[in-house]
Amino acid sequence: MSILIDEKTRVVVQGITGGEGTFHTQRMLEYGTKVVAGMTPGKGGTKHLNVPVFNTVAEAVKAEGANAAAIFVPPFFAADAIMEAADAGVSVVVCITEGIPTFDMIKVKTFLREKPAALIGPNTPGIISPGKCKIGIMPGHIHKPGTIGIISRSGTLTYEAVQQVTKQGYGQSTAVGIGGDPIVGLKYIELLKLFRDDPGTEAVILIGEIGGTAEDEAAEYIKKEFRKPVVGFIAGQTAPPGRRMGHAGAIIAGGKGTAKEKMDALRAAGVHVAQSPAEIGATLKAALK
Amino acid sequence: MKIHEYQAKQILARYGARIPRGDVAATPAEARAIAAKVGPRVVLKAQIHAGGRGKGGGIKVVTSPEEAERLARDMLGMRLVTHQTGPEGKIVKRLLVEEALDIGRELYLGVVIDRARESAVIMASTEGGVEIEKVAAETPDLIFKEYVHAATGLGGFQTRKIAFQLGLSGETHKQAVKFIAGLYKAFEGTDASLAEINPLLVTKQGDVLALDAKMNFDDNALPRHPEILAMRDLDEELPLEVEAGKYNLNYIKLDGNVGCMVNGAGLAMATMDIIKYAGGMPANFLDVGGGVTEEAVTNAFKILVSDEDVKAALINIFGGIVRCDMIASGVVKAAKDLGTKIPVVIRLEGTNVELGKKILAESGLAFHAADGMKAAAEKVVALVK
Repeated sequence: MSILIDEKTRVVVQGITGGEGTFHTQRMLEYGTKVVAGMTPGKGGTKHLNVPVFNTVAEAVKAEGANAAAIFVPPFFAADAIMEAADAGVSVVVCITEGIPTFDMIKVKTFLREKPAALIGPNTPGIISPGKCKIGIMPGHIHKPGTIGIISRSGTLTYEAVQQVTKQGYGQSTAVGIGGDPIVGLKYIELLKLFRDDPGTEAVILIGEIGGTAEDEAAEYIKKEFRKPVVGFIAGQTAPPGRRMGHAGAIIAGGKGTAKEKMDALRAAGVHVAQSPAEIGATLKAALK
Repeated sequence: MKIHEYQAKQILARYGARIPRGDVAATPAEARAIAAKVGPRVVLKAQIHAGGRGKGGGIKVVTSPEEAERLARDMLGMRLVTHQTGPEGKIVKRLLVEEALDIGRELYLGVVIDRARESAVIMASTEGGVEIEKVAAETPDLIFKEYVHAATGLGGFQTRKIAFQLGLSGETHKQAVKFIAGLYKAFEGTDASLAEINPLLVTKQGDVLALDAKMNFDDNALPRHPEILAMRDLDEELPLEVEAGKYNLNYIKLDGNVGCMVNGAGLAMATMDIIKYAGGMPANFLDVGGGVTEEAVTNAFKILVSDEDVKAALINIFGGIVRCDMIASGVVKAAKDLGTKIPVVIRLEGTNVELGKKILAESGLAFHAADGMKAAAEKVVALVK
C-alpha cells in the first residue's frame, strides 16, 4: 500500500514545456507514472513528449481526468500555479520549485484552507510510491516497493536514507519530501496520520533539520497517538546559529530550532534517533527486531 | 539579507514610521555638518551588521558639531568588537548621526514570520532595550502578539489594541498606532523576514520614534525588490562567501579544517555532522545544488580549497540520476588547474559510479575513493590527523 499517490494517480505537469518540466516529465514517464496532461498557458492544443498540453489545469482535469499536479514553474509564478491546481480540484499538488517568497506561501496556505488539495512542497524532490507512481525529481531506481514510510525536509539526504533502507532489505510504501522552505504544505503530522492509517506501512523514517518547530510538533503527536515504530534523524548538529544552511527554512533563529532540541524531543517521544546519518538504515533494522 | 540601521530607518520613514532626524556620515566633516543641522546634541552610532554596539564603544553622545567631528575621526575606521562580531570585530565605515532625544520609556516592537502559525506576527513589549528572547524566557506575559491575516492585512483594531497594551494614551497612543501600521507596511512591502524596533522610544514629550531599527529580508523575494538588493553591503560578508554567491553556491565558512562539498542542503549538513561524529571538524558548509552540474562542481572545488584552513576535503555527491563520471571529470579538472596538494576523499553515488572512480584513480592526484558516508568521513578525518 501507499499514501496519497498510487497506480490510479493521473498527473498534469504545470510547466511541462520548460527545460526542467521536459526533463523530469520524461523521467516520470519512464518510471511508469501516468502523466496524462501538460499545462502551459498559450500552448493548449499542442502535444509535448506525446502528452496533450492544455491552457489551464481545469481543462486538463476535465479532458484527461487528472487528479494530481506536478509544478515546474519559476518561483515568482509558482504560488499562482499551486492555487490554480487546487482550484481545478486535483487532490494532490506537488510543487518542486525552489525560491518562492515566504509571503507568497502565506497567501497560498490561506487559500488552501478552503480547498481539499494536499500540497507537497515547495522546494521538494517530490513524492514516490515505488513501483506505482513518482511525482518529482528523485532517482526512481534507488527505491523499492515495501513497508517503510519516509518523511523528509531534504532531497539528497532522503535518497541517502532510501538507499540505506533498501540495503537493509526493506522497501518503501511512500517516500515524501515535505520541502526545505519555512512554510510548506503537508508537514510531518498530516503525513504521520496518513501512514498511521495505511496498513501497508509498518514503520516510518522521519528526517528533519534545524529551523522551526515542525519536528517538535511531530514528536508531541507521536507521543500522543502514533504506535508504529519511528526512526528519526536531524541534520545540522554542527550548524552555526543565525546562518541559513542552504534551505530557506534551515536556520537557528534566536537560539531556537537546534538539532539537539529536536533530537531530544523525538527521543522523549520514543523515536529511535540515529545520531549519525550513516546509521539510519541500521537504526531501522534494530527498531524492527 | 541584512542591512544597516540607517538603511532600515530610511525604509521606515518611507512607510510612515517616524525616525529621529539625522543622516549617515562617511567622513568626520559630514558628521559635523549633520550635527550642525540636527544638533547641537547628537548621537553618533557606528553602522555595522551586529548588535551590542553600545557596550563596544560604538555609540556616543556629543554636545556640539565640533565634538561630533572629533569623535567621528576616532570612530570611523575603528575595529568594533561586540558579542555578535566575534573577536576579530568589524571595521566601522559609516556613522549614523542623529538628534539626541529625551528618553521617557523604552518599548519593544517587532514583526516576524511565525512558521508554525504560517503568518506574520506583530510582537510588542513594555520591556524595550533588552533582548526580546530574554523577555520571552523570563516574563512571557509582558509580550503581546497580534497575528496578521493574509487576506485582509493588519487591522486597525489590532494596532490600537497593541498601543493600549503598551500602556499608551492620548496623542502618544495615536502616534504609536501610526508607527505600528507603518512598520507592518514596511515589513510586507519589502518582503522582510524580520523588522525589529528595539527600543521603540517614547520621549519625555510623548513622541513615538524608532531609536534603533533592524531589518532582515527574505532572500527568495529580493529579485522583486531591486531597491533593497542595492542596500547589500559586501564589506559585511566574507569574501569567499561573496565569491561563492556569484556562482549560485551556498557556502558558509566554519571553524574546522575538513573542507566539504556536497549536493543538497540536507545532505551537506549531514556530512558536516558525520565529520564531527568521526572526530573531525568541518571547515565549511557547501551545497552545490541538488541537480549538480560540471561547472558547479568545478567552481565549488575552487572555493573549497581557497580556504587556507582546509587541510583535507570530503566530496560527497549523491547524484542519483546525475552521472558520476561527469562529476569526477569536473573535480579532476579543477584540482589540476589549481595544482591542489591537499588530500581529497570522494564518495560518489549515482549513474556510472564505476567510471567515475576510474577517472579519479587514473588522475594521478591525491584522491581517495570511499564507499558510503561513514567510511568517507573516517578516511578524511584520519588524513588531517
